[in-house]
Amino acid sequence: METSKINLILLILVIAIVLVPLIFKSDAEYGGADGQAGDLALEINPNYEPWVEPLWEPPSGEIESLLFSVQVAIGAGSIGYVLGLLKGRNTVASNR
Amino acid sequence: MKKKSSLFFIILALLVLVPNISYGMHVMEGFLPAGWAIFWAVLSLPFFLVGIKKLGQVTKNNPDAKLLLGLVGGFAFVLSALKIPSVTGSCSHPTGVGLGAIFFGPTIMTVIGTIVLLFQALFLAHGGITTLGANVFSMGIIGPFVSYGIFRGLKNKVNKKAAVFLASALGNLATYCITSLELALAFPDPVGGVTASLTKFLLVFALTQIPLAIAEGLLTVIVYNLMVEYKEKGVLKLGNI
Repeated sequence: METSKINLILLILVIAIVLVPLIFKSDAEYGGADGQAGDLALEINPNYEPWVEPLWEPPSGEIESLLFSVQVAIGAGSIGYVLGLLKGRNTVASNR
Repeated sequence: MKKKSSLFFIILALLVLVPNISYGMHVMEGFLPAGWAIFWAVLSLPFFLVGIKKLGQVTKNNPDAKLLLGLVGGFAFVLSALKIPSVTGSCSHPTGVGLGAIFFGPTIMTVIGTIVLLFQALFLAHGGITTLGANVFSMGIIGPFVSYGIFRGLKNKVNKKAAVFLASALGNLATYCITSLELALAFPDPVGGVTASLTKFLLVFALTQIPLAIAEGLLTVIVYNLMVEYKEKGVLKLGNI
């Protein structure tokens, strides 16, 4: 099978993995803070006091999503650049 | 037996009653006592330094290495920012470091993982500066080493795509296991000690993470396939992958 076909199937599988919980467990809240790992820690040791606060926290959910988008944009831009360059090289090579 | 069933009940209650709790892979700022924070930082530092040295070497020996570094770095940036819903009703995110470990070996991903973790600690309040060492150890060292080891061990025994899938998916799970261990060591259960605490962290982490590990494995195979195709067409110089 062609690579592009295999990759398309794999991509559909990934999308399915993301969608299945959203469809079949639509009432869940899908809270997203990494920080809540601490809750279990505090449950185990209620006397623990986090001794450092983050230097800076995004002031709102909007700003947080802005910064996450920036992270993805940097990454996706980088991936796109490389894939495009290789595609171009390949076109040049096969036209020669 | 009694302890086990009560533990099971606690976890079940956690999952059923509080469906919106979520557990990411990072240990939050301030959530490791100073001793442990220093311990993990000291443990991680040599891997980081070796990675820096390796980076210099690979970019010198292969002009296409910089290109690929851009790709695996971008992959880690994208994947570690995507918070994906899981069947447990909470979100977590992949790591994206398995791909680079397969192409470049583990320590280079220690450097890239550190950059990603630093970005998230400084700008997103995810993870932290005091817990950077611990987070680098789980995501930038153990994850890539597990991925690299599994790929190396399997690539001549099974289908290479299967090896890539297992390497990246299990590397992702390994990261979460180490995060659980780091938290369990710092927060031993008052009754059952580190073991009981580890079980608690692991069970809650693992359930959320399994589908995401599979997703990361599949995405890694997609990019791997593309690179192999370009290598075979002779437009990309790559080592033995």
